[in-house]
Amino acid sequence: MESIGVLMPIPMNSYLEQELQKRYNLFKLWTAPQKPQFIKEHADSIRAVVGNASAGADAELIEALPRLEIVSSFSVGVDKIDLAKCREKGIRVTNTPDVLTEDVADLAIGLILAVLRRLCESDRYVRSGKWKKGDYKLTTKFSGKTVGIIGLGRIGMAVAKRAEAFNCPICYYTRTEKSDMKYKYYPSVVELASNCQILVVACPLTEETRHIVNREVMNALGPKGVLINIGRGPHVDEPELVSALIEGRLGGAGLDVYEHEPEVPEELFGLENVVLLPHVGSATVETRKDMADLVLGNLEAHFSNKPLLTPLV
Amino acid sequence: MASDQATTPPPPPPPEIQSHDLPKVIVLHPPPVFNYFKDLFSKKFHLLKAWESPLPRHEFLTNHAHSVQAMLCSGTGPPISADILRLLPSLRLVVTTSAGLNHIDLTECRNRGISIANAGEVFSEDVADLAVGLLIDVFRKISASDRYVRHGLWATKGDYPLGSKLGGKRIGIVGLGSIGFQVAKRLEAFGCNISYNSRKRKDFVSYPFYTNVCELAANSDVLIICCGLTEQTRHMINREVLLALGKEGVIVNIGRGAIIHEKELVQCLVQGEIGGAGLDVFENEPDVPKELFELDNVVLAPHMAVFTTESFKDLCDLMIGNLEAFFSKKPLLSLVMNE
Repeated sequence: MESIGVLMPIPMNSYLEQELQKRYNLFKLWTAPQKPQFIKEHADSIRAVVGNASAGADAELIEALPRLEIVSSFSVGVDKIDLAKCREKGIRVTNTPDVLTEDVADLAIGLILAVLRRLCESDRYVRSGKWKKGDYKLTTKFSGKTVGIIGLGRIGMAVAKRAEAFNCPICYYTRTEKSDMKYKYYPSVVELASNCQILVVACPLTEETRHIVNREVMNALGPKGVLINIGRGPHVDEPELVSALIEGRLGGAGLDVYEHEPEVPEELFGLENVVLLPHVGSATVETRKDMADLVLGNLEAHFSNKPLLTPLV
Repeated sequence: MASDQATTPPPPPPPEIQSHDLPKVIVLHPPPVFNYFKDLFSKKFHLLKAWESPLPRHEFLTNHAHSVQAMLCSGTGPPISADILRLLPSLRLVVTTSAGLNHIDLTECRNRGISIANAGEVFSEDVADLAVGLLIDVFRKISASDRYVRHGLWATKGDYPLGSKLGGKRIGIVGLGSIGFQVAKRLEAFGCNISYNSRKRKDFVSYPFYTNVCELAANSDVLIICCGLTEQTRHMINREVLLALGKEGVIVNIGRGAIIHEKELVQCLVQGEIGGAGLDVFENEPDVPKELFELDNVVLAPHMAVFTTESFKDLCDLMIGNLEAFFSKKPLLSLVMNE
């Protein structure tokens, strides 16, 4: 039986790579000196692409792989995959929902606490010896603050559940109001931002949600408001975010994602009301293994003609 | 000349000057709330500020505080020892801005019939929030990776090493008082499993109870220290407990530094006998063992668990409320009951 070719555009997880190598013919695109040539050379045997939050399968790549049958993403977000093109060509798409929900929600709360209670800043304060000269200043309480969530899917609901344990009233925005929901609904993001103190981005990135957090939203959130982005960088208008923070129109931000990762606007490095993480929402040993197993399971199901575990297309 | 005798008496001085009519409160050292809210206290009480006097403390107390019935103190400043208490023969009440009582000679107070009011539960939420924040920070390497990004290393060195999942972890809470209970309630929402050790089993929770802290450690992935500092709890967390917690284990301390044997903690961290630590308190604040500065699996905070504007305002209201209640012979708001 011919070996099945699987293309991985960038490194993402050594366990996943090892396992893919055992079962398939793994093509590591990042090792190729000339990428288009490399793809042409192996296009005949590549039947699967394994992408992630940073690199997936755009129209160009899909067109270059005539034998592509499945794109299995090592992420829950699939904004780097041209879903329309996949549908058009009958290419299956899977992602990794559920297994990373808790980790991402945990990180959202961690970011809220880190920003409001200045965890990183005060850790720096101690390490630099400044504590010997005097106490750190007063910070802001988290418990009881109103949390507004954009997107109330799995991750949004998990964030809400955790924030409720801190006695936080919860409100949300989604495209359409959810029935049977105990949380307060706002029909626009600006209204949501005007009525909460902490705004969490937890929706998928699509054409409609690009820059869903814009200047108007940030002004509505205000000088005491805090923005937490655990979605995708392009959810937030980044240059506007930088000026809102520098000018004090926005009270603070906890960011796990950026418009052009791994680039992070350097103007943010000097701000004490900002916490900057390198896209680690699902970055735990346990969850990355679960995600890898889900990718492997989906591929195995596909190539043995069984139902996919977590299909999107 | 006749007009001299006929002058009307001068108007009374404005109220601020008549502080000697206000009830007296002795303060040896300014509590942290004074940095923000001192005026709220001085409007209502005549504060005898020992630290502002050129006299040595015992002289100040002997000369000026003989009739004082109430004291305001905090965890910072001199311990309220039997020696100090003996210089205050009229003292009936000590109000401390802390939840902890380890700086007060409780036996002497009990013998003298001096009541103690503390911070009660006014900042339990903020302390619990910090405990959870420190825990998430250690598990998910928040401070360490924020440093990494700010040093420009994400672009040059690639992804930061993976952290550890919080969900499903076994949390051992040492001391299930007001703060410990708030910590437990929060961590349950993260899918953690809670157990505890406390002086007494608590009937209102169904969490597994361990009679000794070493056994708790052996059955936990995380220990969170939420108890007070007493003779029994001093250095209770020692090498034996830390080894029982294990190489992947994480310890968070928002109680008092001396509950943990600091030298042994540092050794265990440096030698990799435990997985990490989140510390808001230390044995000799503000000194922090410099070996900890080299470690990325440790998060350090400058004893700030109660330092929020909300807690300080609430604390201020509570302290003033207790003093006002005392002086108008009403029940204290946060009287410490002997257990």
